[in-house]
Amino acid sequence: MGSESLIGDIEKSFPGELVEAFRDGEDLFLVIRPEALLRIMGSLKEPPYSFKLLLDLTCVDFRGDTGAFEMVYHLFSLDANARVRVKVRLPAERSSLESLTDLWRNANWLEREVYDMFGVVFIGHPDLKRILMYDGFEGFPLRKDYPLRRRQPKADTGKTT
Amino acid sequence: MTLEARPERNTMLLNLGPSHPAMHGTVRIMVELEGERILNSEVEIGYLHRGFEKTCENRTYFNLLPYTDRLNYVSPLINNAGYALAMEKLLGIEAPERAQYIRVLMCELSRISDHLTSVAAMGMECGAFTVFLYMMKAREYIWDVIEFTTGARMTASYIRIGGVRADLHPDYRAALEKAVRETRKVLKDVHGLLDGNKIFLARTKGLGALTPEEAVSYGWTGPCLRSTGVRYDVRKARPYLVYDRMDFDVPLGLNGDNYDRYLVRMMEIEQSLRIVEQAAAALPPRAPIAAGDRPSIDPAEAIRVSRSQRAVGPVRLSPNLEGSEKDVYSGILADDRRWTLPPKEDAYTTMEGLINHFLFFMKGRGIRPPKGEVYFSVEGGNGELGFYIVSDGTDRPYRLHLRAPCFHIVSALERLIKGRYVADVIPTFGSLNMIGGELDR
Repeated sequence: MGSESLIGDIEKSFPGELVEAFRDGEDLFLVIRPEALLRIMGSLKEPPYSFKLLLDLTCVDFRGDTGAFEMVYHLFSLDANARVRVKVRLPAERSSLESLTDLWRNANWLEREVYDMFGVVFIGHPDLKRILMYDGFEGFPLRKDYPLRRRQPKADTGKTT
Repeated sequence: MTLEARPERNTMLLNLGPSHPAMHGTVRIMVELEGERILNSEVEIGYLHRGFEKTCENRTYFNLLPYTDRLNYVSPLINNAGYALAMEKLLGIEAPERAQYIRVLMCELSRISDHLTSVAAMGMECGAFTVFLYMMKAREYIWDVIEFTTGARMTASYIRIGGVRADLHPDYRAALEKAVRETRKVLKDVHGLLDGNKIFLARTKGLGALTPEEAVSYGWTGPCLRSTGVRYDVRKARPYLVYDRMDFDVPLGLNGDNYDRYLVRMMEIEQSLRIVEQAAAALPPRAPIAAGDRPSIDPAEAIRVSRSQRAVGPVRLSPNLEGSEKDVYSGILADDRRWTLPPKEDAYTTMEGLINHFLFFMKGRGIRPPKGEVYFSVEGGNGELGFYIVSDGTDRPYRLHLRAPCFHIVSALERLIKGRYVADVIPTFGSLNMIGGELDR
């Protein structure tokens, strides 16, 4: 399956939803509109593409630059030995997105981590809560406006150290 | 915790961890029990979270390398390699061939130590303490080789952007051969102790099984995915370093249960030993040290002399720099002074060397990759270890994300223990090989 045909197919099946698509060496990039995420990911998972493995799901805080959070999804196809990187740009003032938990089970924890670190909300996630930080942690540590050495209330007492 | 005991069904909540001898790091498993049967469970992680990714955003590309040691602390050299290779892809450079073979050698030794630790701990938790001791003994021999080369047992920071820190010790062969021989012996012993052991079988066969479809859906990679029969190994699918020149098999399991995970790891140790032998045999020769017959001079003296004239004899380096003398430098580090340090002798005696050295460490200078992003993955002890790095053109990463194989594997634990007995949690959890440093980052 050629990567050019994949880009063409996505453009044909989801007109207007593909913002950008290009190829850089082995990697294939797709930037899609947030509204189409669940549908496009759903079709990428099924044959003929069969990107059955959700390798990674993370977020980059570009609010200072483009005013958006950039969600980054890495998919892998075991059959074709191909990788694709799907990106979604989320405007900072509306940082919520459809959850992929129905498609991939590991999306559950991965989305919790992104929520924990960036405060992006996933609609339809069964149990969206902090995962690495404790309950009661204030703020979202991987956002660029979160200082490296900010103090936090202690987990139990609620007093600052 | 959201889990609540239901009095009407006579259930009880039991807290396993976060500090429990059979929890490989610090992790909490809350189980809801009816009798001894697990109705529901909730896994709570994050106890070892150090903010690795946030820290990296505030360190230079060179300085953040030691932090990668502390991810999967049982196979730190693979983490080093993953980071260095991701950076090399971003910078568009390649390590010298000898360095690539050394990296393969070190990565495979690390993988062996990772698998040995995992099987040892799992065996011990099932009561096989002898297995634990045998395997720790083998791991000591492996770590002897690693220590001989890198100077450290665990936090090696040995594999650098563009190559490796130092060349192999001239006498490393004897230690390596001993490690390979002893590990083979231990493998044979452990196969004999566990493969047909009734107690071990009762706690591993058919327990914690996952179908290939589910394993893929959970994002499993590495030995755990292969135990379900899915053939995916980054070393084969996307060969990096010189893995395409190595002859090795990818062992597969059938049932994806605890026992298969144990067997796959055991077979992978054997394959890694094969790679180690091949890499050691194919290693391109080390550059001869020309300085051997000339008397070496003190650094202070060399600096003084080089103020007025150029050529001086070989400089006597600190023992810390053993293996990175100028003579062997071209074999271990890429020859591009924008991304790599000059040899210490040059920094002492030449103007260019000194300038290169300062530019490398000056704030805002150093390694500044072009704007862009990169994802590169290697086969870690637990599976696909991926680094996703976003560069904004400065000397610090704008964003660095680690794809930790453990994270995906442990996320399936709730599913694996549901409906089983509470005693099954320990061998199931043991067979997943959770590594806290990598899981919580």
